[in-house]
Amino acid sequence: MAELNINERQAGDVTVLDMSGKITIGEGSVALRTAVRRLLEEGKKRILLNLAQVSYIDSSGIGELVSSYTAIGKDGGQLKLLNLTQKLQDLLTITKLLTVFDVYENEADALNSFK
Amino acid sequence: MTAETTELSLPSRIDTVAKAAAAVAEFLSRSGISDDAAFGIDMAVREAVTNAVIHGNRQDENKTVDVTLKSSPDAVEISVHDQGPGFNPEDVPDPTAAENILKASGRGIFFMRTFMDEVDWLIRPEGGTTVRMVKRR
Repeated sequence: MAELNINERQAGDVTVLDMSGKITIGEGSVALRTAVRRLLEEGKKRILLNLAQVSYIDSSGIGELVSSYTAIGKDGGQLKLLNLTQKLQDLLTITKLLTVFDVYENEADALNSFK
Repeated sequence: MTAETTELSLPSRIDTVAKAAAAVAEFLSRSGISDDAAFGIDMAVREAVTNAVIHGNRQDENKTVDVTLKSSPDAVEISVHDQGPGFNPEDVPDPTAAENILKASGRGIFFMRTFMDEVDWLIRPEGGTTVRMVKRR
């Protein structure tokens, strides 16, 4: 079983990536990077990462979230985060990244924020 | 609570990080440490082993990463030794400084210091670097 599973679905012009597993150095971080790059190549620039089922993330995974955020921003798009676990919220707080990312607890609110 | 020591010698590969973390989790399950403390130790160990594999040994599989786990009634102490030339931890930029917030890397040592009570580095005269991390009970 893959370290990180990513399921892609479309909600209007927003692409939602439902992720489950671990975003850690190696396979998990690479899977996230590959998915985001592919979406950008396909012209999908409004991306919502649903992190509800992400059980673990390390500094490499957080770095990949930051890289994805800046890459999408440079391409004129938006990356937003949905359903952070308490642990991930704590990690983003201590790294001062919680104020950088646009974070939502409700998918409808997150989707509306892209409009 | 009796004292216990476990030593691991692992190859310099990325998958070593998960193997070390699994061994530490198994060790901690016998140590009676709290779940919160175990989460922090797990984070710190993953970051320390990642640094040893990538920056210390530069993924040279001829070099090992050696991990020593010690549990005592007062604390859990974990040392991670690589065969790299070492570095000055004071030279590592603060990842929470405004100019570094959006950098993709550079948060590993910050996590180690955040989650452990003591973190220090020793550049050993016979070669290699050891990071020693302590979590008090």
